[in-house]
Amino acid sequence: MTPIPVKIFVPRDSGALSLGADGVAAAIAAEAARRGVAIKLVRNGSRGLYWLEPMVEVATGDARLAYGPVASADVPSLFDAVFLSGAPTSHPLALGPVAEIPALARQHRIVFARTGATDPLALDDFVAHGGFRGLARALELSGAALVEEVTRANLRGRGGAAFPAGVKWKTTLEQSDPVKFVVCNADEGDSGTFADRMLMEGDPLLLVEGMTIAGLAVGATRGFIYLRSEYPHALRTLMAALAAARARGYLGADVCGSGRAFDLEIVVGAGAYICGEETAMLESLEGKRGMVRYKPPVPAVAGLFGRPTIVNNVITLASVPAIVEHGGAAWNQIGYGRSRGTIPLQLAGNLARPGLVEVPFGLTLRELIHDFGGGTRSGRPLRAVQIGGPLGAYFPAAMLDLRVDYETIAEAGGLLGHGGVVVFDDTVDLARMARYAMEFCALESCGKCTPCRIGSTRGAELLDRVIRERGGAANLELLRELCDTMTAGSLCALGGLTPMPVMSALKHFPEDFGLAAAAPPP
Amino acid sequence: MESSPSWDHEAVAAIVESLRRTPGALMRILRRVQDQLGWVPPPALPEIAHALNLSRAEVHGVASFYHDFRPTPPGRNVIRLCRAEACQALGAEALADHVRARLGLAFGATSSDRAFTLEPVYCLGNCACSPAGVINGQLLGRLTPASFDDALARLVRR
Repeated sequence: MTPIPVKIFVPRDSGALSLGADGVAAAIAAEAARRGVAIKLVRNGSRGLYWLEPMVEVATGDARLAYGPVASADVPSLFDAVFLSGAPTSHPLALGPVAEIPALARQHRIVFARTGATDPLALDDFVAHGGFRGLARALELSGAALVEEVTRANLRGRGGAAFPAGVKWKTTLEQSDPVKFVVCNADEGDSGTFADRMLMEGDPLLLVEGMTIAGLAVGATRGFIYLRSEYPHALRTLMAALAAARARGYLGADVCGSGRAFDLEIVVGAGAYICGEETAMLESLEGKRGMVRYKPPVPAVAGLFGRPTIVNNVITLASVPAIVEHGGAAWNQIGYGRSRGTIPLQLAGNLARPGLVEVPFGLTLRELIHDFGGGTRSGRPLRAVQIGGPLGAYFPAAMLDLRVDYETIAEAGGLLGHGGVVVFDDTVDLARMARYAMEFCALESCGKCTPCRIGSTRGAELLDRVIRERGGAANLELLRELCDTMTAGSLCALGGLTPMPVMSALKHFPEDFGLAAAAPPP
Repeated sequence: MESSPSWDHEAVAAIVESLRRTPGALMRILRRVQDQLGWVPPPALPEIAHALNLSRAEVHGVASFYHDFRPTPPGRNVIRLCRAEACQALGAEALADHVRARLGLAFGATSSDRAFTLEPVYCLGNCACSPAGVINGQLLGRLTPASFDDALARLVRR
């Protein structure tokens, strides 16, 4: 009898690849061949514990044992100690059963339940781990009933705007146009965010399932994934997933034998941050410059090629299958305040344990940064946290008791955005970060409205002067006025929110702008 | 006036022909030209405009709007460094200084021997492994000046 090959998992997630996962996989295959051991190498997604990547898992009888971070040179000793017996050992890289790693055990993974557990390209693996159950239920429900589930869930857009998905869907459902579209916003451009990428690389069929349900709900037969060009690995994984879904009848003219059609196409962007703004994205999908549109009409009424269009972020759409499978009420039961369900937060920057943390809304920044993130990687004191990407506010260490939910962060003068949390130690200069915010806006402005196009350039120049002259009351007064103009007069969030990092930096870190330090917190 | 470097007319014509009937054809055509040729030759734009029945100005407007579409051919090795906040939090600026000095290049520049092009990029989605960069399409994480030099040495040896 031939022994059952040991299953060994090495992530194919691009973060893991950037740390040498391909080399580790090759070393494992070579070592197994050298020893004449039968193994089955599975290239899974990442669990999102990036300080442990490349993290190798070995399937044993009832658990998967994790080891990491693994370098190619560690592979022979892992074989000696572990892979043959499959028993927990005292190998220095041993992390124990993966499900019991504290940073993972304390999460509440719904959207990311499969990411890292399965082979993202194996459709059978997806189904075996609960995939397409939401779609099966969706096929039994009317469009109105599906919209009702999403509405009952209180699912809000995870891309950044937090707009109720149910409202968008209902609006599109009510349009009489026979041609409608579903567009997935996969233009994840905010620094400090990578949840969309991880999901598309680790569980792409979940996005396919969510978009198909969206199509069934509103009566759209075609969907587009607008994917940023910086994600070539996600592109390859998505393309393979679409092909597998089509081959097995989950996409196409007759979805699961229901007689209803839905198919998907991927369109790759070209390095313009503004195309993450939904109307600029639609222009780009139409083959044009990514210029922001005036609203109304909203895309739900007149979107892609003038047709009613749902535009939702990757995570929003990937949340839908669980909502449909278990009912919107179940999703609405978890969360905090008006922010319902779970949110995949992304810990980045100067942290000892950066990565993805999916939890119900409502934990504090302190829990997130210290308990999950392990404090700064440099070991120096934490000084600032930017939440919500390049348009989000900088908060000082004194404000870490803020709860992470849309309303609390907004009341504190910030935004949760797409859930990126970037930590800086005490070497950061917030005047320079403020200048960078203006510079980034100037680089990425579509140019349609003057406050954004001109204001950002003037803002960067002004901040150069502030930095050179260590402040100056007139400079700062002018900066405040400029920010007021941008906030009030810009057409979209890029120009309208660039003042947020600038003014929050000035408010909480005045000493970096040549002013007296803010009073210490009571 | 410097003449434009040579480019593959037939490849562009084939791309235009295969995609001209797709919705939003212009972006798809430019994307594929960029991917296949490594740049979007400005002299190709009037041909694309003609095939799509668009004005030259319109096509130029789209080609020049997007950062990815290079109007000049890149060097043999393309190095991209992330300059966004999460990478800045872990020393991306110091790394950028090192790389600029090492290559003797400013961001956006190509060396005179056409060996290297250095480009900025604003987020690679590798923010949990900062600082991040890309060398010839390969994503790199937790870059340091030393690990960058190692990667560069491997390129030069090859």
